[in-house]
Amino acid sequence: MTDESLAVQMHGITKRFPGVLANDRIDFDVRAGEVHALLGENGAGKSTLMNVLAGLYRPDAGELVVRGQRRDFRSPRDAIGQGIGMVHQHFMLVDVQTVAENVILGLGRPAFFLNMSRIAKEIAELAEEYHLPVDPQAYIWQLSVGEQQRVEILKMLYRGADVLIMDEPTAVLTPQESERLFDTLRLLTAQGKSIVFITHKLNEVFAVANRITVLRDGRVVGTTTPPETSEEDLATMMVGREVLFHIEKEKVEQGKPILEVQDLRAQNDRGLPALKGVSFSIRRGEILGIAGVAGNGQRELAEVLTGLRKATGGHISIQGQETTNRSSREIIQRKVSYVPGDRLGEGLIPNLAVDDNQILKDYCQPPISKGPFLIFSAIDSLAEKLIAAFDIDTPGPKTLVRLLSGGNQQKVLLARELYVAPNLLVAVHPTRGLDIGATEFVRQRLLEQRTEGTGILLISGDLDEVLALSDRVAVIYEGEIMGVMPAAEARIATVGVMMAGGERTQQQGATT
Amino acid sequence: MKLFDWIDVKLEKRLAPSRVVNILVPFASLGLALLIGAVLLLIAGVDPIATYGAMLQGAFGTPEQWLQGDFYNLSETLVKAIPLMLCGLGVGIAFRMLFWNIGAEGQVAAGGIAAAGVALTWGSTLPAPLVLPAMIVAGFAAGALWGLIPALLKAYLRVNEIITTLMMNYIAILLVEYLYYGPWKDPKGWGFPGTAEFVEAAWLPRLPGTRVHLGLLLAVLAAAFIWLVLSRTKWGYEIRVIGENPRAARYAGISLVRNVVLVMILSGGLAGLAGMAEVSGIAHRLQTGLTVGYGYTAIIVAWLARLGPWRTLVVAFLFAALLVGGDQIQITMKLPASIALILQGAILFCMLGGEVFTQYRLRWRVRRPVVE
Repeated sequence: MTDESLAVQMHGITKRFPGVLANDRIDFDVRAGEVHALLGENGAGKSTLMNVLAGLYRPDAGELVVRGQRRDFRSPRDAIGQGIGMVHQHFMLVDVQTVAENVILGLGRPAFFLNMSRIAKEIAELAEEYHLPVDPQAYIWQLSVGEQQRVEILKMLYRGADVLIMDEPTAVLTPQESERLFDTLRLLTAQGKSIVFITHKLNEVFAVANRITVLRDGRVVGTTTPPETSEEDLATMMVGREVLFHIEKEKVEQGKPILEVQDLRAQNDRGLPALKGVSFSIRRGEILGIAGVAGNGQRELAEVLTGLRKATGGHISIQGQETTNRSSREIIQRKVSYVPGDRLGEGLIPNLAVDDNQILKDYCQPPISKGPFLIFSAIDSLAEKLIAAFDIDTPGPKTLVRLLSGGNQQKVLLARELYVAPNLLVAVHPTRGLDIGATEFVRQRLLEQRTEGTGILLISGDLDEVLALSDRVAVIYEGEIMGVMPAAEARIATVGVMMAGGERTQQQGATT
Repeated sequence: MKLFDWIDVKLEKRLAPSRVVNILVPFASLGLALLIGAVLLLIAGVDPIATYGAMLQGAFGTPEQWLQGDFYNLSETLVKAIPLMLCGLGVGIAFRMLFWNIGAEGQVAAGGIAAAGVALTWGSTLPAPLVLPAMIVAGFAAGALWGLIPALLKAYLRVNEIITTLMMNYIAILLVEYLYYGPWKDPKGWGFPGTAEFVEAAWLPRLPGTRVHLGLLLAVLAAAFIWLVLSRTKWGYEIRVIGENPRAARYAGISLVRNVVLVMILSGGLAGLAGMAEVSGIAHRLQTGLTVGYGYTAIIVAWLARLGPWRTLVVAFLFAALLVGGDQIQITMKLPASIALILQGAILFCMLGGEVFTQYRLRWRVRRPVVE
């Protein structure tokens, strides 16, 4: 317990959010002078664990030992007081202030008189020492993203951080900037500082980490070191092959292409290219699975197809008709259904009742409404029909959706999207966060829909799910399709490497 | 905060609102406010119970008065309630959609200007039965226009509506002053700031013996209309979806632009009607006293009513009672105006603060001591 070489020890950390067990009795430690990579898919609990360490969240159970002493952080200020600082994925900087002003922001000192030029000099020295070149007098808005990240690091160093938590620091960097960041990290560890490096990119782990801990579903899968492991092993640990579901797929006669996508391009919310020329097609009765680590363009792809995001180039056609950049309502009317990844934030209205949620897509047409008025008898009978058909466990159609369990919320959403007999279904993370029973139900429904002749685009972070349900699998990495292969021929290790952006040549063998 | 190191207190969101709590909280809040007020009154050397009695009597009258057919106090409360009702309904429908219209005050002014304009220009030339309908239409339209400008700026340019609706207030209020001090000033008014009195055809009919005017009916009709829209129509469904989850609205193909525009026409229009009713039902001219803060008070009214149209009518009435009762104790109890304001403030503060407990519950646990 009092091992002085350990900068930080976390024992049995448990953190619960409403309906989610984000961290389940996690043990994690950081040695002085090492880069410890924390690896896992989105939602695995990495950020939650580190927010606990940084004092942003308080754990429901478990203890925290810093340099041999038990600590209880009540705020980030407590954490930084013990030398633990976090560089967040989204920077916490004030755009209209200078670098120096941002660095001292929120600091208790100086007590009253502000000698900015002295502070700027101190910052410049610190920047020099750690090879983090940045002008202390520059305004944040003038800086590139990479430079802003340096400011965040300087902010923590200026506060005397010994343990630096970096939350997906390379997500916003170019490869060259990433290289420079790695150099800085090596320099910091050489001076005895410790780094926790949160990521889901496998190649970075090998580039910079001394040790690796993999999380999945809020638990530690294992801790290892780069020489002891491989990208394939890590991919397997991340996605968890042992929870493989065996699903009997009916043989379905595949019909005409329902969706054709050509050279599709789109930007993410920050205005950076998220889809860089994506092409594929889906036939009636076919499930095309998109495998990939979250954040590689999947969300943007789903949104462009459903009319919620503008394509900046390329073509989409549904049933042979061009639908590129048509309104979402028009695309809905072409019987394109969409199960969004963020079901409560986008697909449902948690504060409205089950029946109100079920009419979301067709409240504006008969029989649900007539002229300006809603027809309550039609709404009631639709709600009853869907509750029965999808076995939704709810006290009644007037119950608020937020009071239902996660599985039943997804059933409400799925019922609405499937009962219209869609031509195309775009399903994003359709089983994320659901228990086994609900997962099974959702997968069964997707397969039934496939039998009925719907073309399905399945985007999921669960590689087993993609492989088990899909007819063909496409791997997406940084907005590009790395390859498409029949699911029966796809090996989890090969796909895992492609998901991490590794060796594109392998995939060409698989497609031809 | 060292003092509280041994205990953890946090607010936890209630999963489902509790009916009992929803009823209990307002009463408990009121009780606490009256207690705070009582302490203040005692410090000021006045009997709190007598003061509260006087407030009640000032707002509603006494049973003896009612038996004699004297409803003066009650009717004055209703008079004050009418603009609060109309404005409260107006801002409430906008808030439903998360459009923060704090410009009801300006929309009142715009409605008053338009109604006065119609009355002064065509009051004696239009056939008498058409004068009032024309003023109602003009008042609504002007208020709607005043609300529409920020709506369009928001819908197309994403300009923050809190700023624009507020700024539009100053424009309208100053415009009213300019008009009755300047071009519309009554030449026979001995320099008094105000327009000439309207012809009688431009007066909203009153309940005999009181100043309660037809605006009350307009407010009730407006509440009924909003209730119908929200609970029975496609449009109301869209408003509810946007208000509860704008991303889901976008996902379903609901047009935010169209709804922002339509809702603000209704919202501004209702506030405009309040302005028309004040001008035509009470003052019979455009003069000082049109914009005395109804538009701002209505924001509180709408929230206390939790944006429900019928509840808005009730809360507006009770709020008016608070205002009238407060005014009355200045006269009957010879209390300074500031005491009345403090009492009103204490009641509001507690009512609004108490709202937290309908949404959250207080949780505490004693902390284990930490071994350093």
